[in-house]
Amino acid sequence: MSELQTLQADLLARIDGAASIEAVEAIRVEALGKQGRITALLKSLGGMTPEERLVEGPAIHALREGVTAAIGTRKAALERAALDAKLAAETLDMTLPADRTPPGSVHPVSQVLDELAEIFADLGFAVASGPEIEDDWHNFSALNIPETHPARAMHDTFYFPNEGEKRMLLRTHTSPVQIRTMLKDKPPIRIIAPGRVYRSDSDATHTPMFHQIEGLVIDRGITLGHLKWTLETFLKAFFERDDIVLRLRSSYFPFTEPSVEIDVGYSIVNGKRVIGGSDGWLEVLGSGMVHRKVIEACGLDPSEWQGFAFGTGVDRLAMLKYGMDDLRAFFDGDLRWLRHYGFAALDVPTLSGGVGVPA
Amino acid sequence: MKFTLSWLKSHLDTAADLDTILTTLTRIGLEVEGVDNPAERLAGFRIARVLTAERHPQADKLQVLSVDTGEGAPLQVVCGAPNARAGLVGVLGTPGAVVPANGMQLRVSAIRGVESNGMMCSSRELELGDDHDGIIELGEDAPVGMPFAAFAGLDDPMIEVSVTPNRQDCMGVRGIARDLAAAGIGTLKSLEAAYRLDAPLVPVEGSGPAPEVRIEDAEGCPAFYAQAVRGVANGASHDWLRRYLTAIGQKPISALVDITNFVSVDLGRPLHVYDMAKLSGPLTARRAKAGEQVLALNGKTYTLTEGMTVIADDAAVHDIGGIMGGEESGVGETTTDVLIECAYFTPEAIARTGQALALTSDARQRFERGVDPAFLDQGLAIATHLVTALCGGRPSAITRAGEAPLGTRHFAYDPALAGSLGGLEVLPVRQREILASLGFEVSDEWQVTPPTWRRDVDGPADIVEEVIRIVGLDNVPSTPLPRAEGVARPTATPEQRTERRLRRAAAARGLNEAVTWSFLPVAQAEVFGGGAWTLANPISEDMKVMRPSLLPGLLAAAQRNLSRGATSVRLFEFGRRYLADAERPTLAVVLAGERSARGWQGGKAQAFDAYDAKAEALALLEAAGAPVANLQVMREAGEAWHPGQSGTLRLGPKTVLAAFGTVHPSVARAFDLGGPVAAVELYPDAIPAKRSSGFMRAAYAPPALQAVRRDFAFLVPASLSAEQLVRAVRGADKAAIVEARLFDVFEGAGVGEGMKSLAVEIVLQPGEKSFTDADLKGIADRVVAAAGKLGAVLRG
Repeated sequence: MSELQTLQADLLARIDGAASIEAVEAIRVEALGKQGRITALLKSLGGMTPEERLVEGPAIHALREGVTAAIGTRKAALERAALDAKLAAETLDMTLPADRTPPGSVHPVSQVLDELAEIFADLGFAVASGPEIEDDWHNFSALNIPETHPARAMHDTFYFPNEGEKRMLLRTHTSPVQIRTMLKDKPPIRIIAPGRVYRSDSDATHTPMFHQIEGLVIDRGITLGHLKWTLETFLKAFFERDDIVLRLRSSYFPFTEPSVEIDVGYSIVNGKRVIGGSDGWLEVLGSGMVHRKVIEACGLDPSEWQGFAFGTGVDRLAMLKYGMDDLRAFFDGDLRWLRHYGFAALDVPTLSGGVGVPA
Repeated sequence: MKFTLSWLKSHLDTAADLDTILTTLTRIGLEVEGVDNPAERLAGFRIARVLTAERHPQADKLQVLSVDTGEGAPLQVVCGAPNARAGLVGVLGTPGAVVPANGMQLRVSAIRGVESNGMMCSSRELELGDDHDGIIELGEDAPVGMPFAAFAGLDDPMIEVSVTPNRQDCMGVRGIARDLAAAGIGTLKSLEAAYRLDAPLVPVEGSGPAPEVRIEDAEGCPAFYAQAVRGVANGASHDWLRRYLTAIGQKPISALVDITNFVSVDLGRPLHVYDMAKLSGPLTARRAKAGEQVLALNGKTYTLTEGMTVIADDAAVHDIGGIMGGEESGVGETTTDVLIECAYFTPEAIARTGQALALTSDARQRFERGVDPAFLDQGLAIATHLVTALCGGRPSAITRAGEAPLGTRHFAYDPALAGSLGGLEVLPVRQREILASLGFEVSDEWQVTPPTWRRDVDGPADIVEEVIRIVGLDNVPSTPLPRAEGVARPTATPEQRTERRLRRAAAARGLNEAVTWSFLPVAQAEVFGGGAWTLANPISEDMKVMRPSLLPGLLAAAQRNLSRGATSVRLFEFGRRYLADAERPTLAVVLAGERSARGWQGGKAQAFDAYDAKAEALALLEAAGAPVANLQVMREAGEAWHPGQSGTLRLGPKTVLAAFGTVHPSVARAFDLGGPVAAVELYPDAIPAKRSSGFMRAAYAPPALQAVRRDFAFLVPASLSAEQLVRAVRGADKAAIVEARLFDVFEGAGVGEGMKSLAVEIVLQPGEKSFTDADLKGIADRVVAAAGKLGAVLRG
């Protein structure tokens, strides 16, 4: 074994055996530092003949490269071990609870109103609104509801004390928005009008405040057939079922003629009423062709313009679709109920994503 | 409106089965609300004859009967009725039958050691009467073994339909029969056939003086027909009449009363009978005097007001006209001479009086809808016929005071309207047929005259309804609405878009949306400035004033949640405030309880504070598109807020976009809320509308050079608000300083009394070339100078 080979074997063995980065560094200084043994060997090349250099040069350089590489490898290994040891000491209990932002929720009435707006937008209906504190002309008279109609009685309608000519009240339905819309906009008209309505009524299925949605179409040549199609189309889209069966019943509302009550068929699934099929019938909508007198009251010519109107309970639609069974809970603000029946912020109804939110 | 199948068939000749009749009723607008066949409840009760009756060996009051049920060997039955005896024919409940009165199912059982195979029943047990003194006794000839329901004529389904307010004619069984006949369910019998009369139904002028009746209030009572019947015997009604009335839930009273009730239901024609012995002088239809009182047949005394129509004699009021008769002149067992009133009362007057007195009755229901004004003579004739047939007596001559307004009208109708309005083409000849069957007259030129009993029909649209409902609404084809070209256009208004963004932003921030009542108790409204709208007839004191703020509803909801055990309440609501001039859209947030629960990282639970409210307010305003960077924080949130821990966010000094902070502790206490409660009220309608400028954004031009940050710490008077200092610093060099942010506040040791230390970081954005040291020094000097104007001194 040559002198160089012995030196190399010795250095590599010591590098390999070095226990710390400091020890490796000491060996590096000893071998490759300014006064180092390999440095000295490299310097000695200058004093050699070209022939000697031709032989010794590559050997010394190989020695230098071999030792440099070994030092690098060893240093990396030691650094890695040191880091591992450090990280091992930093171990945390990853099962400890992390802070969590509480999820918020959207009220079912708001969600359903957004769903309805989305469906009806596709059918060309805009969303209109009107005041909840109404006068009796818009709420009753303009809708052809006579002075003596029982709905006007104090036990059905909330009134404000008489002041001046107009009798002010809390609207009992969203129908006054029909009047306001016809007075303001020129036909053709297609609107829905959702909102709070009030009736002096309180029991398990009635609350003095609830939500209704009104629909109104005024155009030329609109018939009961259009009404039927619109409601069928809407209910199919809302409940996202094709087996929606409607039953139309002749009925009476002062502001429509002919008037039609719409029942929707349900079936019993796991003891609950589910919309679809025709095992039984639920009354869901009141509707009809807008009465000539109502069209006239709004300053339109009933021989030119005709159309239909419908109204339904928003809370009730929500209950039928999502399964709540107590109307009073809608207005209690109980967090447990809001989280159970509420909707996530990102449950935005869209036609492409579906308007309903699966359970 | 209730009636039975056999009652209906007294007017309608039909072979249709019950289901077909029910379906048709609903289809043509007479919605079936219920069907009830008492025979189903009486299954297992049959006619039986007592063969022998022996003393029970163990009990004095019981007997052991041997009963013939018409089939097989006689049954042994234990019975406690005093009238049980050999030879009695009665009603036996057999094992398996359920006693209607108590729901008990009969079984073979031992009573005091003797086997009993059923029960002999009393009227009360079968819910057929109040008699419980003994078991039912039928005639000797009652067919033993026959189901009792069939024998007693109880196998007759009771049908209840809901009659819409426009259909006076269907407040009588005959009107319903007419509608069914028009819909193809059989044929309508003549009135004579329905009442099994041999001669045509015309008023019969009898002998004796006609009763004296007069009309003073022709507006309320335009017609008053009357006939006396003298020498009647008023006992219990015939079985058939009792059965009809019982079947529809009315209590038979006496023949005379039952007759009026029957005619009211059968023909929709209310009547009234007076005991002539209790009248003094002529009967007059007049206006009531204010304060006049009458004891009505329901046992209650009503105080009348002027304008109510009454029937009175010289001494007293005997009838609240068309609504309810008086007790004093009512007929009883001793009545011998009666006066039958068949009058016409004006619907609107009836409605007003009925509403004012809060008094409903079968008569009111019918007069309010408007009875057939052409049916007074016939109505009186039928009443007199029934009275004489059932109670005997001699009719008098007839008095006809006044005249009922026939309201005859006719109008042109175009049969094409069925298609152009009703959406269903119906052959004109078919339309004529339908209208004729409903009693309409139609001329060759299509002039339509509605029948007198259809005061609701006054125009062509009504005719379309008649035709369509009879042909069947189900036959109307669904016709798509014309669709605009292309995909649907957006329809939401800017306000609606803002509402949606606010709602979903709030939910995304962990707030739960509630919907609370629009009305508040007075006291709660007062705390928030008082309500502008107070109901005249609230449903309760808790729901009296329209809310001037959304906070009371949410505070009350927060309290309910905390009392139910919730630890952290984060509620919001989007709704209206009802102010004197307008209803304003509003979003409110209430944060109560713990912001963060106690935890291994944070330690103790943290309560919400005013800065949580500020964070929500700003985040929500930003989501709604408000120019948040330009907002100023000012005081004057209002008296409901903590005076030192609340503020308003304004755009300029006047436009308030939101109020936020800690709710005043006394307000929180008023809502039973203990700890601090943070809240926001945000006014979306105050946010300036964005000018629409299409979709194109401004060109993207990030600065070429790196921004530079510098910190400044100032000693300032403790009263100086952070915002004033930051604003001043930010404004010291509007070109270079693009951001100024407060990052430290310190009061206490090392800072002088009445002073505090505020530290501000500014971001300097170089333009074309980097800042030189001189530039930076210049900016720093300007910052210090600007702050100095507020009394701020740079800390060494």
